[in-house]
Amino acid sequence: MANKTTDVFICGVGGQGILLASEILSDVALAKGLDIKKSEVHGMAQRGGSVVSHVRFGETIHSPVIAEGEADILASFEKMEALRWIQFVKPGGKVIVNSQEIVPSGMETYPPAIDRKISERVPGTMFIDALKLAKEAGHLRAVNIVMLGAFSHFLGFSEDEWKSAIKARVPKKTIEINLKAFELGRAAVSG
Amino acid sequence: MRVLLSGNEAVARGCYEHGVKVATAYPGTPSTEILENVVKYKDDIYCQWSPNEKVAFEVAMGASFGGVRTLVAMKHVGLNVAADPLMTSTSVGGDGGFVIVTADDPGMHSSQNEQDNRYYAKFAKIPLIEPSDSQEVLDFLGTAYEISEQFGTPVLFRLTTRLSHAKTPVELGTRTEVAQKEYVKDTSFRVVIPAHARKLHVKVEKRLESIREYAETSSLNKVIEGDPKVGVISSGISYQYAHDALPEATFLKLGLSYPFPIELAKKFCERFETVYVVEENEPFIEEFLRYAGITNIIGREKIPACGELNQRIVRDSISGEDTAGEKTSVSPRPPVLCPGCPHRSTFYTLNRLKIGSTSDIGCYTLGVMPPLEGIDTCICMGASIGNSLGMEKAIGKEFAKKMVAVIGDSTFVHSGMTGLADVAYNKGATTVIVLDNSITAMTGHQDHAGTGTTLMGESTTKLDYIKLAESVGVKDARRVNAFDMEAVKTAIKEATGSDEATLLVMEGPCALQARSQWGPALVVDSEECTACGLCLRLGCPAISKDENGKATINPLFCVGEFCSMCTQVCPVDCIAVPDKS
Repeated sequence: MANKTTDVFICGVGGQGILLASEILSDVALAKGLDIKKSEVHGMAQRGGSVVSHVRFGETIHSPVIAEGEADILASFEKMEALRWIQFVKPGGKVIVNSQEIVPSGMETYPPAIDRKISERVPGTMFIDALKLAKEAGHLRAVNIVMLGAFSHFLGFSEDEWKSAIKARVPKKTIEINLKAFELGRAAVSG
Repeated sequence: MRVLLSGNEAVARGCYEHGVKVATAYPGTPSTEILENVVKYKDDIYCQWSPNEKVAFEVAMGASFGGVRTLVAMKHVGLNVAADPLMTSTSVGGDGGFVIVTADDPGMHSSQNEQDNRYYAKFAKIPLIEPSDSQEVLDFLGTAYEISEQFGTPVLFRLTTRLSHAKTPVELGTRTEVAQKEYVKDTSFRVVIPAHARKLHVKVEKRLESIREYAETSSLNKVIEGDPKVGVISSGISYQYAHDALPEATFLKLGLSYPFPIELAKKFCERFETVYVVEENEPFIEEFLRYAGITNIIGREKIPACGELNQRIVRDSISGEDTAGEKTSVSPRPPVLCPGCPHRSTFYTLNRLKIGSTSDIGCYTLGVMPPLEGIDTCICMGASIGNSLGMEKAIGKEFAKKMVAVIGDSTFVHSGMTGLADVAYNKGATTVIVLDNSITAMTGHQDHAGTGTTLMGESTTKLDYIKLAESVGVKDARRVNAFDMEAVKTAIKEATGSDEATLLVMEGPCALQARSQWGPALVVDSEECTACGLCLRLGCPAISKDENGKATINPLFCVGEFCSMCTQVCPVDCIAVPDKS
């Protein structure tokens, strides 16, 4: 049963657009006629706290949350957050990390050697500079769609399916920026 | 049409499809989005935010008296506030269908406790319905109204965070109108004087037995056949975790779990050597089984009582293994007051003046975090004012100079007004600070009696905190601009210096609601910055230290001149808008 389910664990910091990325992923899976459950906790998302979204899809999904050691993909929009949740990735699962550093409030500087600790836990971890790519696409806030593009590479949906889901979700005037952000993210891991 | 709906959205959709005409609530995570979505159907459903859950409950109950299907929604601790009408409404019942939604919060993602409100169903002697995904939420809500009307009882409909906030596929239907029952005066069951209440209690006991018989064969309770050797009983979201943990097992899945279908459960347990009872938090089901003398069950002895479950926890609890994997130690990233939050000035000032606070439930509870650390107590909605007065009575009037009550505008309307009357009546010297951002911010910006707008978007009267304070006898009541650091400091000093009660209303819009007023991010002139660290003491997420120990502002977070608190605390004026620097 478990092998028919795809588990995508998305994490980062409140305000990074994590929930929009997981909405788009869910739309793509739903449009394919799959069963899907998407779970996150509201209320703190905009206040700079750690934010997590669980997306599970497949033939039949029961639990709406991903448990430790189950995620096929762990996509973290921030470095420290990848380390915080890394136990959720399954052996052999993919870890994709935005190398952006966001200093937690209450701390004055960013802790050292986070990249090394992540790579020690999951050797094949892919780091991408999503902030730079978002800027290149046209807006710093497109980090979430850059990351969506990056992890989309490991899921079996077509580029058109992703793009039509993005178009349906983002504000009209940002469609172009977001499609570009998606392409840059996708190319960053496949290239 | 098949769409993805959260459990809360599915409740709202259920209200629409099942002919509900009145819905009420006070917002509270994880229940808030129920009414926020009901309002989408406002052509068919009247809906409102009430000042608190007790009033919301009473309005819904009144609507039921009026003969229509009605719904009241609240978070688990909200039902404590509404417990008074709940306990008596249950003997009244019998008018328009009446459903009470409780959204519990296992794991306490956004709550002060993880009480299991299933016990309220047993306590109040009303049926309990526990869906386990959004489709069931939509379908079971219809059954809830049928039960309510058939048996003449309110129904408790229980969600938990992972149902309320998880999106799962739902097949949409259409609205079925339900005819309004004509109101006919009948004091025998709507006036609960003891002579009537004694008869009503007998009726309730009989009703409960009838509903139990119904529950024994209800389609909401079903056996899902699997491995004939492994039996599991579960309900709600726990069923989903149990199913992933033991995918091959045979399940008794309970959707109508009170009055408990004991005959069904007995028959099920007889088929297995051991039956696992999988429940999050309290052993509600297990207690009925044990009371009936069923002993071949394993529940609380293995399944943990504290926190949320997931499939891994259920599996490990049963197998005795620990497959959680190693956690890496990472600095915590707790939520904090947002950049531009108007509440920051109050907590910064209290901190600098070494004044503590009894505080309350809302975003501003985040003022407890370093470096602001401005909060001594936080218990439940409205407790701040009574707690402050009580400390003053215990320790002495002088103590009121070192301890103020801090409460948000929505919480003040919810249950702070009576506390303020108490302070005046009992001659307290308490300083009550209402942090007024003119919205219920914590739960995502809902209107209330102090905002001037209703849930359905109409303009309405606006509660005047100053006039209210004056009318209860607080002579010194004033408004202060929360973004003016000097004014905040002066007001707090004067209020705490006085021997009489004072109300300070710190006014400033929630930064998240004032995006149109945000300006370009402020910048630090690092040549001028002396690395004194005063701006860092504001606890603003946009400000951190650079490699030389000097302040630096993250342009992604800073809201610019809208806030400017850091420019006011900087002793060398080295923070400014970009074009001026």
